[in-house]
Amino acid sequence: MRHVTAVRIGPIGFRIGSHWRGPIAAIEDLYAGYPAPDDGIPDFNVHLFAARPWRRVLRPSVHIGGDFVIPDAAPLPLAQGLLAAEMGMNLQMALGLRRYLLLHASAVERDGRAVLMTGISGAGKSTLAALLMARGWRLMGDEFVLIDPATGLAHAFPRLISLKNEGIPVAEQAVPQGRFGPMLLGTPKGTLRHLVPDARAVSAMAEPAEPALLLFPRFGFEAAERAVLPSEAFVRLTQSSTNYVNLAERGFEALTRLVRSVPSRAIDYPDAETAVGMVEALA
Amino acid sequence: MIRYRAAPPSTLRVFPLDALTLIYHRASGITHVVDAPVPEILEALGDDALTSPALLARLAERFDLADPDPMALAVRLDELAAAGLVERLCAM
Repeated sequence: MRHVTAVRIGPIGFRIGSHWRGPIAAIEDLYAGYPAPDDGIPDFNVHLFAARPWRRVLRPSVHIGGDFVIPDAAPLPLAQGLLAAEMGMNLQMALGLRRYLLLHASAVERDGRAVLMTGISGAGKSTLAALLMARGWRLMGDEFVLIDPATGLAHAFPRLISLKNEGIPVAEQAVPQGRFGPMLLGTPKGTLRHLVPDARAVSAMAEPAEPALLLFPRFGFEAAERAVLPSEAFVRLTQSSTNYVNLAERGFEALTRLVRSVPSRAIDYPDAETAVGMVEALA
Repeated sequence: MIRYRAAPPSTLRVFPLDALTLIYHRASGITHVVDAPVPEILEALGDDALTSPALLARLAERFDLADPDPMALAVRLDELAAAGLVERLCAM
């Protein structure tokens, strides 16, 4: 492809090729502080392409491809090319990762202890991760946590923090010095804005951490908290893992070890500030 | 009469958690989340091939069954056979 860049996020290297300069320029700008893939060899390829040659210029729409693809995925307008690149990287992780058990969760670390926060889209994972980062936690990731089946340790995947809708002003206020990407309007998930993880999150991204707390946050409710049994945590985490089945017995071992050794809590919260207080009290 | 035998122990990873027990079935790659009496049934079967009444008698010896219902046990055994955790042997 004509425009190409490569970046390493946590232990995973990506090569992104595009028919257009725009998405590559945006990725290179926002991932400027990130290293290249180890030995220059990426784990995954992402392709951003026009379905027909004339669609490169005429109402350009970006199709997402790569080593792993979802057939018939809807393309995005070129103005959302950065989002297309991010979605392409997420897709490779979700469909192709075999080295780690992948949990759809955000994670922060302090003193070597990682707090993993899973939950459905809209539970506030990204906003919460950004706020905790602003309060001095090391951001490990706002979307994926990688559990090493051999060690049980959590590995970071600090991609750009993907803020959505009402989470955007909250994070802008909490991280006034932060580097933000362009405001992306009218995306499939509403308004979207990326926040670059701070320098510490990037420089420490190769350092794994011991999982210390599993949290199941839920946004939009009165503040409440309850213990979650290991069996419930197990079932919920299999649902939030995209490769549990693919890892077979290694996945079973990694997940049983995690839920047996790490306490789990469910928290309901009415706003992000309250949630930050609850997380810090529990961690 | 149909006899039942548990899947070979080498094909199962049984992992008791709290109220529930996880069973990873190597032959199918499927994880089962089960409640009582499933782990008890598998354990009572052991290496033997038992008919449903024989198994019920063995369970009654080991546990204080409030309501030993042969039909309920037969239904459980058929579910376990469908899941692959128990094998159905037809008498010839």
